[in-house]
Amino acid sequence: MTSPPPSPALRSPLPSPPPRRSPAIAFTLAIALLVIFCLAPVLWQLITSIKVNADIETIPNIYWPSRQTLSHYAELFVRRPFFNYLFNSGFVAIASTALCLAIGTPAAYSLARQPIPGRSLILGLILIVTLFPYILLFLGLLELARAFGLGNNYLALIVPYTAINLPLTILVMRSFFQQLPRDLEDAAQMDGYSTGQMLLNILLPLTLPALVTTGILTFIFSWNEFLFALTFMTEESLKTIPVATAQLSGASQFETPYGPLAAATVVGTIPLVMLVLFFQRKIVQGLTAGAVKG
Amino acid sequence: MAILKVDNLNKTYSPKSIPVKNVSLTVKDQEFLTLLGPSGCGKSTMLRMIAGLEMPTRGRIWVGDRDVTPLRPGDRNMAMVFQSYALYPHMNVRANISASLRLRKLPESDVNQRLRDVSAKLGLDSLLDRKPSQLSGGQRQRVALARALVRRPEVFLLDEPLSNLDALLREQVRAELKQIFERQSAPVVYVTHDQTEAMTLSTQVAVLYDGAVQQLAAPSEIYHRPANRFVAGFVGSPQMNLLTLMCEGNCACLGAYKIPLPEPIARSPQAIPQTIVLGIRPEDVAVVEPASDRAIAEGHCFLIENLGTAKLLSLSIPHGDRDRLTLRALVPHDLPLPSDQISLHLPSDRLHWFDSQTGDRLG
Repeated sequence: MTSPPPSPALRSPLPSPPPRRSPAIAFTLAIALLVIFCLAPVLWQLITSIKVNADIETIPNIYWPSRQTLSHYAELFVRRPFFNYLFNSGFVAIASTALCLAIGTPAAYSLARQPIPGRSLILGLILIVTLFPYILLFLGLLELARAFGLGNNYLALIVPYTAINLPLTILVMRSFFQQLPRDLEDAAQMDGYSTGQMLLNILLPLTLPALVTTGILTFIFSWNEFLFALTFMTEESLKTIPVATAQLSGASQFETPYGPLAAATVVGTIPLVMLVLFFQRKIVQGLTAGAVKG
Repeated sequence: MAILKVDNLNKTYSPKSIPVKNVSLTVKDQEFLTLLGPSGCGKSTMLRMIAGLEMPTRGRIWVGDRDVTPLRPGDRNMAMVFQSYALYPHMNVRANISASLRLRKLPESDVNQRLRDVSAKLGLDSLLDRKPSQLSGGQRQRVALARALVRRPEVFLLDEPLSNLDALLREQVRAELKQIFERQSAPVVYVTHDQTEAMTLSTQVAVLYDGAVQQLAAPSEIYHRPANRFVAGFVGSPQMNLLTLMCEGNCACLGAYKIPLPEPIARSPQAIPQTIVLGIRPEDVAVVEPASDRAIAEGHCFLIENLGTAKLLSLSIPHGDRDRLTLRALVPHDLPLPSDQISLHLPSDRLHWFDSQTGDRLG
């Protein structure tokens, strides 16, 4: 204790807190409106896909069908090889996602932690590539595909999809690696881990949320991509879902098969929804399991 | 076990930024060397260079007769305990401790044996299946220690391991650390800015400032015979009084009193400088009766700090025509202080003299 006497504490009355209105109702309403706005097209397709043909063409529109049918779905799988399309889309999407992560993650680590000459230049180039509208690559890729004879070959889709998604993967993973504490890598080095082992055994489990996020983005892009799939895959058995859906035709050239189209859209969307729902838990798990503070 | 030898180690980032300036050290078996210094003095950089986590600009590091400078950290047979523990968050305690052993392909039975030994020694038996996020700070620190001990390396490196613990725990763990490292013979290099840790744990202390070793000696030598002004002011709490005094004849003037300069300086009149720095630790300053003939300084007490076992008095002493110097004295808590004017006696065998220009110890 010091001997000079303490000065008297200054006291001022605290202002009373502002009266609370009930924000919960407005909040819930806003969220409900937003959800409806976002889901409206999907919901409409869902409803259309179970409507009877007559109801689809009725004016005014029927929002709540009294008659339901599953014939459109049946038509998809019986009259057309929709399982094939599902497989093709899935294969291409999974392959390009896996490649993207496998190539992008070590690249991102290298750019994050290792002193590479020209690092800023490389990062700048990657950033510029990200800004490039990928559709402009189309003609060039067409020539390449023709030169290598890659028409109607899965590679013709997997390689461009991977390349287009690599910049984003690298940038996201890099910023994630930069956030990991350096001490962890130091400790791993002292323990005797080589760089590759450290990446695989120590760092990768910690970057799971980022991996899942970039993986999902890549998957969704590859799944939904239309232009390249339309151009490079002309054989019926190799078509992907967006292309196959667009090419659904009805009984005559004047008839647009709204029903099967809607059903195809729903079937094409369900895997994506399930994927995100499944991995959403993994993302949360990844974030809470094991605090990184040493 | 081996001798760690650091030879002319230098780390230069740019002409203006040289964290480690040509430092050479040797640490033998059974020795515990502490690198002590304020933040930014280069001690952590030195430790990291010894560990291999940073490459020196110049210099070499030897473990026994092996030049380990070009080797990766994992190949140097050194173990390090980090300030933030750096445990692998997704592995449990058992896996954290045994990771390095499994990497080196030690037989499973050896790994288990060592794990059991270390776990018993550090009281981790009940924690082996927990993840780091389920442990307290002190427990995490013990796991980090276990991870290093289990490797039985040739050199131990510790980077401020107690800094993240609260004061009470720090004392306890400090005692445990001392006992653990006394029982083994590998050389230990310990980095800290806390002088209490340095004094209590080490056999040798290297005081670092601005990238250079200011003094390398045993703790008692550092405390009782500091080599320069920086070491004198850095080690010892409360801080040593360092007074810059004018010299007249062969005495230094402290207010109205003259203090005879030490032998080596007093002997040669040409060597007597204009000013000199006098150092005396507050606990060596004695309070005497006002009229006593032992009195050397007299001042007005303007601050009394009660430290429990003692009182720290701050006195203002007139110096020259207009200046006043501040002198602090550590006195027993029950010492009666009848008035504000206090007379002090400064025992001549407790005085330290430093060059006012270079700061080096004189005499």
